[in-house]
Amino acid sequence: MTIAQDSPARSETSAAACSVTFSVNGRTSSLVLDPRVTLLDVLREHLHLTGTKKGCDQGQCGACTVMVNGRRINSCLTLALMHEGDEITTIEGLGSPEALHPLQKAFLDHDGFQCGYCTPGQIISAVAVLEEIGAGVPSHVTADLNGAPPATDEEIRERMSGNLCRCSAYPNIIAAIRDMVEDHV
Amino acid sequence: MRAFTYERAGSPAAAAAAVATQPGAKFIAGGTNLLDLMKLEIEVPTHLVDVNRLGLDLIETTPDGGLKIGALVRNTDLAADMRVRSDYPLLARAVLSGASGQLRNKATTGGNLLQRTRCPYFYNTDMPCNKRKPGSGCAAMGGLSHNLAIVGASDACIATHPSDMAVALRALDATVETVAADGSERHTPLADFYRSPGETPHIETVLRAAEMITSVTLPQPLGGVQIYRKVRERASFAFATVSVAMVAGSVDGDIRVDRLAFGGLAHKPWRVEAAEGAARSAEAIADIVLAGAKPTADNAYKLPLVRRTLAAVIAQAKSESAR
Repeated sequence: MTIAQDSPARSETSAAACSVTFSVNGRTSSLVLDPRVTLLDVLREHLHLTGTKKGCDQGQCGACTVMVNGRRINSCLTLALMHEGDEITTIEGLGSPEALHPLQKAFLDHDGFQCGYCTPGQIISAVAVLEEIGAGVPSHVTADLNGAPPATDEEIRERMSGNLCRCSAYPNIIAAIRDMVEDHV
Repeated sequence: MRAFTYERAGSPAAAAAAVATQPGAKFIAGGTNLLDLMKLEIEVPTHLVDVNRLGLDLIETTPDGGLKIGALVRNTDLAADMRVRSDYPLLARAVLSGASGQLRNKATTGGNLLQRTRCPYFYNTDMPCNKRKPGSGCAAMGGLSHNLAIVGASDACIATHPSDMAVALRALDATVETVAADGSERHTPLADFYRSPGETPHIETVLRAAEMITSVTLPQPLGGVQIYRKVRERASFAFATVSVAMVAGSVDGDIRVDRLAFGGLAHKPWRVEAAEGAARSAEAIADIVLAGAKPTADNAYKLPLVRRTLAAVIAQAKSESAR
């Protein structure tokens, strides 16, 4: 995995700018952007919401995970212009240092990280995982496709496979998410 | 990433017309594969036509009892649809075995069919690749080929198609509906949709220039025991080394394999109809499926892996049908 440059660093010429309006954490933003700008880059470089991290920049590590209209996606693999009218939630919209989201507190309680770089993506993804299980969305390990998926460790692990942690804090990440299961599923 | 211009299309035909009028234009749907390739400058479109908001995100029952899946239906929604889960479990299982939760939320049905190979030499722009740069040669032959094709390949290309979803759709006899720039529509059985690599591995499907997938249609449910088993190098979020999609019936306590397709073996979902229907042993079926196989030293392991995975899936079908 290589360290990605801020796109569009490899560009030779600029393209015609386009305008887009969407809301981030409840605040509306209207921007005029080079079409190459990804949602990840607009969050970090234009809106200065640096909680969302750039890891691989190719959809493999999950550090850039954000919610768009209530669903988790890799913000590195989508163009900002494709999000006209969308409602985006980043880690900054989930909680604050003064008022942590319960899952943020659970990550602290269980030491669910070491360096912390993947943590915003892990937490956003985990919030979505609990909602997906609650909504009955099946996964690869769900035994009965026609039943409600159980909120087991096996289900959580499978559903979190798009979020890598190079410090390998996985056991504590699972423990933090497990803490939340009773409240959310 | 190279510079490009961007527009949002107003209708499928308008999208096809927009792509037809500008050389180098491409459709963008989920973007999960296209944008990755654009960052590496493997794909260099001059213009992107966004087809995300054209109302192609519905799953509808067809008059003859099948299911019409809009091209923009996200992988998550396809696998979670109750009709798919109960009537086409093979498809739900295949979709759920692919990618990650984040990617499945974005990736679309049409885009999944058109995703490009993950052959390491297609991705490495310093190396020759007939698929990326026609006529440049194939670095995979004699290179790292442990997860590349063992059947249906050519001297020009031994890449595999990476999709799980397409393997299930092939087994289920799906049809691909498209619209062209002039508004004309056509239906192509998935069996005829993918081309063999031959001397032109860069031309992967029978789609014409600016032709856009609008939906994928499944015929009536098949019933039977449906199993999708994926063998890969880690438990989740990895491409198949071998995958098996099977629909089986039970005859006098024995298993009859009615539909059988494989992923990870070829340039397209690999289905040999001659292996289906009669009651045969796993070995006899594998002999038919693997006829003419030309593995490399690196991927010859897939030959016994196919046989063992097939035997395991048949055993599973037997135990499930006995319930």
